[in-house]
Amino acid sequence: MASRPPSSLLPLVLDDVSFAARGRTILDHLNLTLEQGVRTVVLGPNGAGKSVLLRVMHGLISPTSGSVRWSTDETPGTVRRQAMVFQRPVMFRRSAIGNLRFALAVTGAPRAEREGRARAALERVGLAAVAHQPARVLSGGEQQRLALARAWMLAPEVLFLDEPTANLDPGSTRAIEGIVQAIHEAGTKIVMVTHNLGQAQRLADEILFLHGGRLCERTAAAAFFHRPATAEAAAYLEGELPWRSTAAA
Amino acid sequence: MVVTLDPKLGEIVLLSLRVSVSSVALAGVFALPVGAAVAVAAFPGKRGVVTTLNALLGLPAVVVGLAIYLLLSRSGPLGALGLLFTPSAMVIAQAILVFPLLAALTRQVVADAWGESREQLVSLGAGTWTCAIALLIDVRYTLVTIVLAGFGRAIAEVGAVMIVGGNIDGVTRVMTTAIALETSKGDLPLAVGLGIVLLAIVFALNIAATAIKDAAQRRHG
Repeated sequence: MASRPPSSLLPLVLDDVSFAARGRTILDHLNLTLEQGVRTVVLGPNGAGKSVLLRVMHGLISPTSGSVRWSTDETPGTVRRQAMVFQRPVMFRRSAIGNLRFALAVTGAPRAEREGRARAALERVGLAAVAHQPARVLSGGEQQRLALARAWMLAPEVLFLDEPTANLDPGSTRAIEGIVQAIHEAGTKIVMVTHNLGQAQRLADEILFLHGGRLCERTAAAAFFHRPATAEAAAYLEGELPWRSTAAA
Repeated sequence: MVVTLDPKLGEIVLLSLRVSVSSVALAGVFALPVGAAVAVAAFPGKRGVVTTLNALLGLPAVVVGLAIYLLLSRSGPLGALGLLFTPSAMVIAQAILVFPLLAALTRQVVADAWGESREQLVSLGAGTWTCAIALLIDVRYTLVTIVLAGFGRAIAEVGAVMIVGGNIDGVTRVMTTAIALETSKGDLPLAVGLGIVLLAIVFALNIAATAIKDAAQRRHG
């Protein structure tokens, strides 16, 4: 495995970050520090800016104003120390293991290491049996596990997940959650967007609640679901979990 | 005559194939990377380049022939090379004719793939060239059909090879120029024979293209 500079990427500091597109404000002056160790789950209604927030943090889009600062800079052209898993897994027209070898090639892993690392990554997510099948004909759940294997294999310090189980059945969702938990236990910082509140309860240490592009609330997960601090979050939970509305009052 | 494989006919068919394969290979070596790079890279004037590339799809063969003729003619800038009325001149003319077709179609296909996978590739830290090459590999089956389309255009083309090749018997006579000549001379059997061969080649190409596309679709979804 490639040797890594000793200093950590975290904490990540967002300083007065805004993002606007076509005259619409999507992120509105966000100030935020993300620390190592805790699993951060981003919640909020559609259009709150959750996905855009992940992309700004991951560097896929640049903020219109403000700054996104990691504690050590990633040098351009070197292996990235963060990874992202998308709602719809992006697979190339290669075999499952071919997709992993390709990711290793792009990130500059020595040729001799690729096969072994790719195979180990497939085994960790239970896909060794389909290693040589074309990736794009795997089921949605298998493709998402493959996407997680790809991200995990690169040993990122931070893993961003954008609604990774939005299109999956409960069984696949549980498998994904198990893998995310294992990645967390292996020491990777998890930052995940989800609409699945059960999943948020199972996986979150802290909740970032976004509403209208603003960071409305940031609370430890247990406290958030028990008694959210803001009216917006309370209304969101009530809408998503109507049977809890009396319990929360 | 087709069945008995007239030696003269065989010679003409072989030269046609040689010239068209060479020209598509020559054009493809440049057109595929250029198309992919234009699709992936962000640069000022990109829209203009794409529009130009698409406009050049309609490049008239005779105009290309004329331009190459002027370049290669004895008093032209490249006249010293002595290439006019040789198969090499025909290869150059057809390569220039086919280049925009290959580049424009490649750009379109790679741009579509780029739209799907841009975020993933950027997330992995891939640079522009890595993305371009990765996407060319990803769309390889479609590239085969694009190259076959380019070959189809080259081998069926008459204007450019007529002008720069000169339709010299045994030297630069290819199927299309032979058909034009034999028809005007009234030697219809040879013209029809060549026409049948040309049709068969073009049909076979299209069948191959469809088969490859279907196979890829079945395999990769």
